[in-house]
Parts: sequence; structure tokens; C-alpha cells
Amino acid sequence: MSVEFAKAIVVGASSGIGEAIAVQLACGGADVAILGRRADELERIAVTLPGKLTPFVHDVADADAVPELFARIVEKLGGLDTLIYAAGTMPPIAEGEYSFPKDRDMIVVNLLGAMAWMNLAAAHFEAARRGTILGISSIAGERGRRGNPAYCTSKAALSTYLESLRNRCSRYGVNVVTVKPGFVDTAMTRGMPGLFWLVSANEAARQSIALARRGNSASGFVPPRWALVAGIVRALPSFVFRHLNF
Amino acid sequence: MNLLKRTSLRHTAELRVLEGFGRAVRAVCRYVAPRTVEELALTVQRARAEGLTIAFRGAGRSYGDAALNASGLVVDTTGIDRVTAWEPATGIIDAGPGVTIEGLWRRTIEDGYWPAVVPGTMHPTLAGCVSMNVHGKNNFRAGPFGDHVLDLDLLTPAGDIVRCSRDENPDVFFAVVGGLGLLGAITRVRLQLKPVESGRLRVEALSARNLDELFDRFEAHLPHGDYVVGWVDCFARAAELGRGIIHVANYLRAGEDPEAAVSLHVERQGLPPRILGFPRSALWRIMRLFTNDPGVALVNAVKFFTSRLQDGHTYLQSHVAFAFLLDYVPDWRLAYGPEGFIQYQIFVPHAEARACVRDVLELCRQENRCSYLGVLKRHRPDQFLLSHAVDGWSLALDFPVRAGQRADLWALTERLTERVLAAGGRFYFAKDAVLRPADVERAYGRDRLARFLAIKQRLDPDGVLANDLWSRALVQSG
Repeated sequence: MSVEFAKAIVVGASSGIGEAIAVQLACGGADVAILGRRADELERIAVTLPGKLTPFVHDVADADAVPELFARIVEKLGGLDTLIYAAGTMPPIAEGEYSFPKDRDMIVVNLLGAMAWMNLAAAHFEAARRGTILGISSIAGERGRRGNPAYCTSKAALSTYLESLRNRCSRYGVNVVTVKPGFVDTAMTRGMPGLFWLVSANEAARQSIALARRGNSASGFVPPRWALVAGIVRALPSFVFRHLNF
Repeated sequence: MNLLKRTSLRHTAELRVLEGFGRAVRAVCRYVAPRTVEELALTVQRARAEGLTIAFRGAGRSYGDAALNASGLVVDTTGIDRVTAWEPATGIIDAGPGVTIEGLWRRTIEDGYWPAVVPGTMHPTLAGCVSMNVHGKNNFRAGPFGDHVLDLDLLTPAGDIVRCSRDENPDVFFAVVGGLGLLGAITRVRLQLKPVESGRLRVEALSARNLDELFDRFEAHLPHGDYVVGWVDCFARAAELGRGIIHVANYLRAGEDPEAAVSLHVERQGLPPRILGFPRSALWRIMRLFTNDPGVALVNAVKFFTSRLQDGHTYLQSHVAFAFLLDYVPDWRLAYGPEGFIQYQIFVPHAEARACVRDVLELCRQENRCSYLGVLKRHRPDQFLLSHAVDGWSLALDFPVRAGQRADLWALTERLTERVLAAGGRFYFAKDAVLRPADVERAYGRDRLARFLAIKQRLDPDGVLANDLWSRALVQSG
């Protein structure tokens, strides 16, 4: 079953995979509402495909604004069949640093914002008996790495949340897709040491959309070869894992 | 950082995907369930201040979209379910809006009282029964539910409590009964119950080979029957079109039932825990196997031919067993599958009824969309503003909704509606999922709707009260 996307919301569309997904969906004919904090960035993207990409300035930390904004966008688009949550943040955490404000921001942006949007979309799609929810999680959610506890936590939680949504809504025809990218060449990863199998945001977006288009509610790694790494990483016993430096 | 801050109802009310009882219509609604009248009043006040529309929901037994509100708030009143006064000497009960029909009879039957009018299931709430002005198998004799309401309290969106009855604010009373919950929240109902001498009824089953026989035998039993109801096999065709079974039930008078005192015990009013050897909770799964055209045709044929053998058979049955046929199979609506079904009930004046019912059954046969259930009843007119009842007959039909065939089914109901309107008929909002404003205007008349809208405008000037039925079928009437 191949799913076509006609009316989509992309939260976190002002850069990275979110931007690439929004542009690719719009190029494929979809009307896309692009959401991000920075109006100028959204405008820069919107002018590339006038009429197909509609910018809405939104900070995902402002969960109270979500219901009205959601309703406004659905009205503007004349319906909705896809919600993509691509907002994410990963401030670097230094060796020896324990910062609650940074941790909190990561949970708010990476997880709570996703819940605020996906809850609404899930209800909307369950009632409509159709629709796609796509969340950009990460391979980082597979294990709790020493480098960035809150980021791993937020992505593990996001993956679990998406799995629950999938189990809850797929029986009503809702397509819930978890994308777990490996290293993607975006502003978030730029300059980080030790990157490999790096793909462009465009390529990650292309593969994510392809996974969602299959329409069979799935969870997948992007590119798929990261499934191998995830398998190994998950299999490592904790007493070994804690001695590794990533 | 306002993620953890709780603010308005608009943000804090949970979202729920709610369905009509028939499961064919659903909506995402904000949902709150107050436990007291004070909480209910506060909720209404807050919703009004925030510009949210409100729909009231009781047991959720309306088949269509009467208890849904896609863009606003659904206020579930089932929690306000206290009986505040019961007077066995007079049979008058005073109760909260969330008290169910089951709650009523359980409280009163051992004192020798039974609700004068009940629908086919015991789960609807009092406020729901009033708002939809439900009817029973005795409508020709006892009228609708509203005929037995002595008075009620209505909480308006402005926060006033309006007491209304036939003497006090009668215009409001006659509009609120059958008012679809659009005029305010019913917070209390005082109801007159009917004294009964026995917990059982004498029931007679009669078989009818075709539509004329069905009507003839039905009419013949009207003068001496307390309840009369007809079942129609909608799959029968040609000379057998409209064949069916009639059940006539009568109250037992004092002395007629040797077990009268015992039969009034609540335990004697239960439904059997097992039917045909299966636990009731599992029955819908078995029904599911037969919920298709050949399956229903077969079951109907078996039922009809069994009735031929038992024509005139008389037996005693408890009130519950006779009245709440729909409750024999819990969750029976699930047997219709994921897309659910719609119920479509037409009311046709006596003079036109036979021809119209025949026409409707024939049209369904031609379109190959026979109703899975057909129920025929006799009605009398009443004084309520948006009353569905006419001096005539009603036929209730259940149509399954199949994936991808929704539009075809709605098109069929449009054609049926056209015929019913031409015959001067009406429809039943508690079950409706298909009518459009133009249909409603033709059925009820512009004057009647204008009177209703004027009262709504007076009680709810800001238009706080709305539900999906209102938006779909009524709103353009204004």
C-alpha cells in the first residue's frame, strides 16, 4: 500500500531533515505547513516553492499554542493527512558537565513538543481512519551513551512513544512511522568528531519519506545499514558498554 | 516555559475520539466529565468565556452525531447520577441528568413502579431521554418520554437555572423536551412512573406473511394492547414483502399473576447470563459471522418460519426481558464491523404509511441494500416543539456501512428521505446521521424551526450550545 501525501505539517522545518522533508513533499505536490522558531529561515524556505510551503512561526516549547495552531493549519490546508515532527536539539555536553537547563530543553523540544503535536494528530487521524505520523527519532535512543544522557533519553522516549502510538492507532488505519537516522550532515552534527556513514539531510529525508510512503506503520534506520550497528550496540552487555567512549 | 503550566479548558480538557453509537460517525472532541451540578455550571461558564461550544453527552446511545462536537467541548453528564427523591406513594422520582433507565427501574420496581416509557435499551440517561424525547413500544398509548416528565431544571449558558413544566415556562418546557441538548444542561428531572401490579407482562407473538397482514394484525391489536411492536424481515421480496412478527404485550392486572410479589424483585428482572449456551458478552462475535447479506437473510428466514409455527403463542415475560431487547447482546453494534452502521427511522402519517413503507422496502431491495433490522411502531402526535412523532407509523432501519460504499448508502437515504418527505413524514434525531437542513425544514416546517431557534436565541444568545447534529442538519435552518 503506497501512501501519497497531499496536506502535511512539518514541525521543525527551518533546518536539517525537517527542511529537506518539507521541500521534498512540496516538490511532490503536497501543500506543506512549515513550522519553526525563526521566521526568516522559514521565509527563505517558503519562497523556493511559493504557495506550496506556508510558514508558521512556532516554538515547540509553547505547547499551549498547539491546539489553536493545529486547527488553524488544518483549516488553511483544507485538511491534513501527514504530521512530521523533526524538531530536535542536541547542545554539546562537556566531560564533567551536568546541566539541568540543557537537559530540560532537550526533553521539551525532542519529546514533549512531539507529544503535544502527535497527540492532536493521532486523535485527528484516528477519527478520520487515515493519516501518517512520522517522527524523527535517532539511533542515539537505542542505548544510554555516556556522551549525552538527556539526548539519548529524549530519543529513547520518543521512539517508545511512537511505538505506543503505532500500536494504538494502526488498527484505525493510521500510519505511524519512526525514523532513526544515524549521522546526518546538519547544523546539529557539524564539527562533531568521529562521524562516519554520514549522509546528507536530503538523502535522509528521501529515505524517511520512502519509509513512510510504504504505509505499513514501521520503524526504520536511515540509512538501513545502521540497523546492524543498533543490533550490535543493543547486544553489548552493560559492563562492556560502560567502558566504551561514545 | 509554559509546558507545565495548566491554563484554560481549551488546553487542559482531554481530547477524545468519540463515536456515535452506530460507529459510523466520529469526531475528535475536547471532553470533560463533571461530577456535580456545580462543576457542570463552572464548566459551562468557562467554556462560554473561552468561546468553546458545548455539546452534552449522556450514555452515548444516540446512533448519529447528536453527542459529538468536532470543534468544541463535549460535557459528559453521566457522573451526575443521584436520585434525590423517590416517593413510592405517588410514583414520582426526582433525579439527576445522568441517572439511567436502568437506575430508574432498579430503584422503583420493588415498590411497584415501572418507567411509563422506555426505549429498547436500559442504558440511556434521563437527560438523554428527555433531550431526544425517546419513545417506546407503547407510543400509541403512552406518548413519548416527555409526556411523563412533571418538571425539570435547565441550566442555561448564562448560568441561570430555569425550572420548567407545563405550567411554569411552558414554552421552554415544550422546546427542551426533544430539544437535542441545544437549549441548556438539564440538571434535574421529576418524572411520573407507572404503577404495575406484576413484574411480568403477558406477551403474544403473531406472524404476518406480508406487509398488509402485518399492518392489519398490528392495527387489530392496538385497541387492547399496552405495547405493540412489529419486526419486519427486510430481505423478503415480492408477495412476501414486509413479512414479519408482531409482539403484543399487556400489563397483568391485580390477581392475574400468582407470583406478582416475587416477580417485582429486581433479581427477577435480569437478562439471562447465557443465550443458546454462549455467555452474553461473547455473543456479538458470533453475530459478527452472520452480519452480512446472506447471513441476515438466513437468520431472518429462520426467525420468520419459527414464528409461523408459534403464531398466537402467549407467554409471560419480565418487563426487562420484553422492553430491552437490545441489551440481550452487549456490544451488538460491534457485530457490524469497523465501519459501523446507521439507523434510519422514518415517521409517516397513518394514511400514507402502508404505501410509503412498501415503497421504502422495495427501494432498498432494488438497490440491494436491505436493512438488517426493521422495526414497525404505531405513534400518536404530541405537543413538543421538535417532536418526531406523527399520527401514524414509524419504521426503523439499520444499514451497515461498508468501506468505500459510504457515499452510495447516503445517496440511498437521500432517495428514501425524498419519499418520506413527500408523504408528510418526519425523522428521529436520536438516530439520524444523514439529514440535511433542507430536509429538516421540510419535515418540521419553517415556523416550528423558527420558534425553536427563537427560544434558543433567548436562552443561548452567544450560541454556546452546539453539537455535530446541529451543525449538519439544523444550523442553516436559521
